[in-house]
Amino acid sequence: MVDQSSIPRTLPRKSATFDEYTLSEIRRAAATGIYDIRGAGAKRKLPHFDDLLFLGASISRYPLEGYREKCGTGVVLGSRFAKKPIHLKIPVTIAGMSFGSLSGPAKEALGRGASAMGTSTTTGDGGMTVEERSHSRILVYQYLPSRYGMNPDDLRKADAIEVVVGQGAKPGGGGMLLGQKISDRVAKMRTLPKGIDQRSACRHPDWTGPDDLEIKIAELREITDWEKPIYVKIGAARPYYDTALAVKAGADVVVVDGMQGGTAATQEVFIEHVGIPTLAAVRQAVQALQDLGMHRKVQLIVSGGIRNGADVAKCMALGADVASIGTAALVALGDNDPAWESEYNALGTTAGAYDDWHEGRDPAGITTQDPELMKRLDPVKAGRRLANYLAVLTLEAQTIARACGKSHVHNLEPEDLVALTIESAAMAQVPLAGTNWIPGKTGTF
Amino acid sequence: MNSRFENICTFDLANATVRQLNQALHDLKSGTGETHWKILNCRGLHSVAVGLNVPIVVEVDGNVGYYCGGMNQHASIIVSGNAGVGVAENMMSGLMHIKGDASQAAGATAQGGMLIIDGNASARCGISMKGIDIIVKGSIGHMSAFMAQAGTLTVLGDAGESLGDSIYEARLYVRGSVASLGSDCIEKQVRDEHQAQIFEKLKAAGMAGEVDVCEFKRYGSARNLYHFHVDNASSY
Repeated sequence: MVDQSSIPRTLPRKSATFDEYTLSEIRRAAATGIYDIRGAGAKRKLPHFDDLLFLGASISRYPLEGYREKCGTGVVLGSRFAKKPIHLKIPVTIAGMSFGSLSGPAKEALGRGASAMGTSTTTGDGGMTVEERSHSRILVYQYLPSRYGMNPDDLRKADAIEVVVGQGAKPGGGGMLLGQKISDRVAKMRTLPKGIDQRSACRHPDWTGPDDLEIKIAELREITDWEKPIYVKIGAARPYYDTALAVKAGADVVVVDGMQGGTAATQEVFIEHVGIPTLAAVRQAVQALQDLGMHRKVQLIVSGGIRNGADVAKCMALGADVASIGTAALVALGDNDPAWESEYNALGTTAGAYDDWHEGRDPAGITTQDPELMKRLDPVKAGRRLANYLAVLTLEAQTIARACGKSHVHNLEPEDLVALTIESAAMAQVPLAGTNWIPGKTGTF
Repeated sequence: MNSRFENICTFDLANATVRQLNQALHDLKSGTGETHWKILNCRGLHSVAVGLNVPIVVEVDGNVGYYCGGMNQHASIIVSGNAGVGVAENMMSGLMHIKGDASQAAGATAQGGMLIIDGNASARCGISMKGIDIIVKGSIGHMSAFMAQAGTLTVLGDAGESLGDSIYEARLYVRGSVASLGSDCIEKQVRDEHQAQIFEKLKAAGMAGEVDVCEFKRYGSARNLYHFHVDNASSY
């Protein structure tokens, strides 16, 4: 007889398919009968800018001196049609985030930080607030399917208009703001009853398709006497065609938001499974502009997972004009700060993972309408942190550009890049490092 | 192109562009003496008289394309023909009177003022309306008052399918038949206050006494979908 207790046992093995997160979600779904809603963008591992490297200067090209030789960062947006194009001092801007999803002081802090660095902020689904207009030197006014708070007075006060077709976190989905955050003020701005779960429209009410969009853009230009640049923002899904159609419809600027781009609230399944990564979207959008002979004439803003100056520089090298930040800007203000760890724990999460922004209980006082929590964010100090962070992004991008011998960040080019993986080489259309192979295009492995 | 005749400014779009027209209207200051305008030869052009912000009267001769009177503030715009998509979209105040028919999304997202359509309105009339009063003397198409948030939609004729789908707090008054109601839209009791409101709106539209307010039925939100609940999932 074999002594059963003497037989070695295999270790308990957890499934890679049914991992801990998946199991917890199945239990949550079974208990509630409703999909999981959360904020932020895709959290899964995706091909991203980390998979690209710059080559830097060598014998065949010489670098510029850091701190001595100039490396420009200014960008002009809207020179195609607008009488009053926008001049940004840095190639980084703040993405659309609504008052409602964010507190008034958080919007003020974004305005303060961006204005200190000579760049713009963007409104969101819910209209323009006084805090935002008065603290943002350059303000982009979003024109959304819901048209909450949309009015011609604010349209005239805006420096640019962004027609939102979609966003990277949920291409094809509308906004969502749950009852906890529909305060009296938010409800009034949106003409909705207080406390309801508000689900914005996903489609514009008075236009569908590129031909209508062209007429709609012309109307917005007419209302504002052709003064303001008109952006068209798309969630990255079919960026080649969407960019081409936006240009055809008369956009001054195209904004492409990849799936890492954040949202205030949406279904987890939407965030993680619809749309494509930012890296995959940039080159297709640039290709569309180049094929139409409109590259650098219609400007391209790229967003979704921009974290540092290297990401900014890589966007520029792939052909974008500006990088846009949302999640990173909130982190700079103080979102997910470990200083609030005990409070995150009380909410069943941990600093760095908190994404239940829709619940309005943000310990950092940013994604909330609770008057007490809101007080935790000092808009002056938070604005300063954002300005510092924007300065670092810019300095880092300049550092890389100079190392590549460029006197302006826009002079970075795909030829300055290589890819670490075959996937990223194929998506970014740059060679795999150490080879001249661009999958589907040139060379051999 | 811009001649003054008997205190009426005439603007002929056969000889000038919509851009020139809108700029001329935007250049008017409040208290302007040029309070009565006549626009000729619109020929279905888009964005006619958009973004106005002064209390003037604009008579538009013929048919207009998309977004006529878009975002209007204070002005009274009378169109003698038919109107294309999104007439009076996002209007804030003032009056728009369409003497013919209106295409889709008439009065979309409009926050104030009054839109009168003498003929019929197509699909999605009053979509996402936010406070405007719309009166349609004919009938309205399907999905009208979709996600309608506030204001009144009064229809003397019939309504198409899925009236008031996902409606919030707007009030819908229909005199004729309703092909079907959308999600969360129900027929509600007509009380005196509602008949008084219908009368008030018709009176404001110059139709006092033309129709009996007792003939209207009222529709509005059941408010069952205001909050997420798994038991309502089949309604979406």
